[in-house]
Amino acid sequence: MPLSSDTTPVLLEVRGLSKSFGPLQALQNVDFTLRAGEIHALLGENGAGKSTLIKLVTGVLPCDAGTFRLGGVEIAPRSASDALQAGIATVYQEVNLLPNLSVAQNLFLGRQPTRFGVVRQGEMRRRATALLADFGLDVDVGAPLGSFSVAVQQITAIARAIDLSARVLILDEPTASLDRHEVEILFRIMRQLARRDIGIVFISHFLDQIYEISDRITVLRNGRLIGERPTADLPRLELIRMMLGRELAEATGVRIAASAQAPRAPCASFEGYGKAGYITPFDLDLRPGEVVGLTGLLGSGRTETVRLIFGAERADRGHIEIDGAPARLGSPRDAIRHGFGYCPEDRKTDGIIPDLTVRENIVLALQAKRGLRRPLARREQDEIAMRFIKLLDVRPPDSERPVGLLSGGNQQKVLLARWLATAPRLLLLDEPTRGIDVGAHAEIVRLVRELRDEGLSLLVVSSELDEIVTYSDRLIVLRDRAHVDELRGEEIAVPRILAAIAADGEVRTRGAAR
Amino acid sequence: MSRLPPVVITAMVLLAGFVICAIQFPAIASTRVVANLLTDNAFLAVVATGMTFVIISGGIDLSVGSVIGFTTVFVALAIEAWGMPPWLAFLAVLSICALFGAAMGGIIHHFDLPPFIVTLAGMFLARGVSFLLSTESLPISAPVYSAVSDFALRLPGGGRVTAIALIMLAVVIAGAGLLHLTRFGANVYALGGSRTTTALMGIPVGTMTVRIYTLSGLLSGLAGIVFSFYTASGYSLSAVGVELDTIAAVVIGGTLLTGGQGSVIGTFLGVLIQGLIQTYITFDGTLSSWWTKIVTGVLLFAFIALQQTMITVARRSAARAGARP
Repeated sequence: MPLSSDTTPVLLEVRGLSKSFGPLQALQNVDFTLRAGEIHALLGENGAGKSTLIKLVTGVLPCDAGTFRLGGVEIAPRSASDALQAGIATVYQEVNLLPNLSVAQNLFLGRQPTRFGVVRQGEMRRRATALLADFGLDVDVGAPLGSFSVAVQQITAIARAIDLSARVLILDEPTASLDRHEVEILFRIMRQLARRDIGIVFISHFLDQIYEISDRITVLRNGRLIGERPTADLPRLELIRMMLGRELAEATGVRIAASAQAPRAPCASFEGYGKAGYITPFDLDLRPGEVVGLTGLLGSGRTETVRLIFGAERADRGHIEIDGAPARLGSPRDAIRHGFGYCPEDRKTDGIIPDLTVRENIVLALQAKRGLRRPLARREQDEIAMRFIKLLDVRPPDSERPVGLLSGGNQQKVLLARWLATAPRLLLLDEPTRGIDVGAHAEIVRLVRELRDEGLSLLVVSSELDEIVTYSDRLIVLRDRAHVDELRGEEIAVPRILAAIAADGEVRTRGAAR
Repeated sequence: MSRLPPVVITAMVLLAGFVICAIQFPAIASTRVVANLLTDNAFLAVVATGMTFVIISGGIDLSVGSVIGFTTVFVALAIEAWGMPPWLAFLAVLSICALFGAAMGGIIHHFDLPPFIVTLAGMFLARGVSFLLSTESLPISAPVYSAVSDFALRLPGGGRVTAIALIMLAVVIAGAGLLHLTRFGANVYALGGSRTTTALMGIPVGTMTVRIYTLSGLLSGLAGIVFSFYTASGYSLSAVGVELDTIAAVVIGGTLLTGGQGSVIGTFLGVLIQGLIQTYITFDGTLSSWWTKIVTGVLLFAFIALQQTMITVARRSAARAGARP
């Protein structure tokens, strides 16, 4: 690992940065120092000011006060292209490239090699292939970028940035949608770049990854600088305390099992339920007062299972019994009528409606359930909205604020409130903690437990094993679009899950035999 | 490349249509009819080339028909009433149209307005101004007009490729070159993919928007001049509704209405398909000419449905690619 001591030359020096949005002080007198050849993690809860800091450094937003020095020279980027020219490049989680253009065009957009104004396609492809080869990528650069996986797209974005002679590379949540193997490829590239004296700012919610890759950590909280430490000297608990400003009582670490009472009768049971080419038929009982976890690798069929149960996809085989009576789930409407609620994985596109207010988002499902002829009075809506804002601690507690302006964790809470308002009996949560900071994480986990204790039946999808083992009463492991194993009680532990995912054939037959 | 398949389908539709027409009316398969097809639709192909740029970039330009109308009136008045030499009248009107397009592009970018609304306003404005100039049909008798309409390349079989057909072909070829071979063209596709991303990649989005609408305005003006050659007159009611024929031709040509994909060649073929339907109706003699609209409508539906299916299929295969490590 490239070590950076205080003697390595400073690459990017940010001093006294402040920015406010109206009355809200988003950043207050923040300093940030990035040294050459260093991988520097920028951490903080949602709303800590990470995104604002990045936007100011990259010129997307103008700052109120503060100075930037890059390699000792003062810069004042006023746009993304300004920053790019100065040598500061950013790669976002949602890859900011153009899926409809070829890989080569994406790499060289705006600076394609030309002769008499005509783009030299052959030359451009040759250069693109050579450039990507540097990053260990061998793909058809003439194919549209959208036909490749997110990992390839991200590496393409990094390659573009580096080729634009970036000296500072900002990676904003680059690993959020990558699987383990892809993360390793990305880390290898990051280390390789650090050896070339490029300074990398790494933003991630995955603490494991932070500790694996970063040399130094800067923590922000509520728009202020909390501290900057070498990663090696910063114990994890200390880091979490810096981020949260309070001792997190090992919030996600302790496993609290449900009270050991006799299992109640299932409120919904699925038998041989499946859809050809979508998910292998499975049997599943969901009981009140129980959390069933669903886990597995990306694409293993977790979301598919949930969508089938909610009627968002139609099953082509199997039976359902709800409260012991045969039922039919042909559409989400059916599912809602039966008292199901569903918080989808991609809350931005499938869940919240960003331009509507918190109140409107919360009453949405309830109103849909009541039907158009029985409108909710405004007073009732206000009451419901305020009740859930208080219950779930939505911040800021303003029911008339458009949801799009809230942080990810708070958006997730609003989504949860929407379904809780319908008084559901079964709640399907797909990756409820994805893209949410540590503090909100713990709160969502606490909510899951509370709802369970109130007698709700929950089906929770999560790829974060450390987290899912803490609240699952039963845990279903998926692989290759099939339910391959079911763990109960003491069996629910990370090594067991990994073994179930890694095992082949033999375990699958066991799972099917259940 | 990804832009091939829809074009291939358009070409197949054109070919199949042509074969059907030729079987029923063998006379259609002559150089004369084909050359006339080029002449009769020259103005449409010129304006549709500009529209292709606009639509691929994720916009729309509803003002083109009115701009054509304005151009014919302006040219007729400038030459016949104000005594301008024709070349000066052309230069003036092209500058006006280009500026008009630039202004719309500027407004769209600076006020972050939907192109639909801005160009709708432009459509009313241009049509209104042409009525203000004159409500009469104004014949143009300048010598250059008779010279242009007399000029033609003669083909074996009696076909005459007229000057305006040649202008149109030049515009289509230049347009295809600009779109597919230059940085400007790549930026047009980029804008249609995502405006925000394009801006983040350091492309001057504002300048690009202004240039694209300038190009569309300029080509609308040129189409107006071509139209005035074709009819040898200027009339403020000419080319009403042409913006919709143009959009139809672009979409039938395989350009995605939401932007990001398409080609000038496809648009050219789309124009020819509309022209072919018109020719068939002329040959038949008993059909109402409004059947052109009906068939165009059906084709439009078919192509939009086809595009949607192709997008869905592409998404699925992309999702599958995404699942692979």
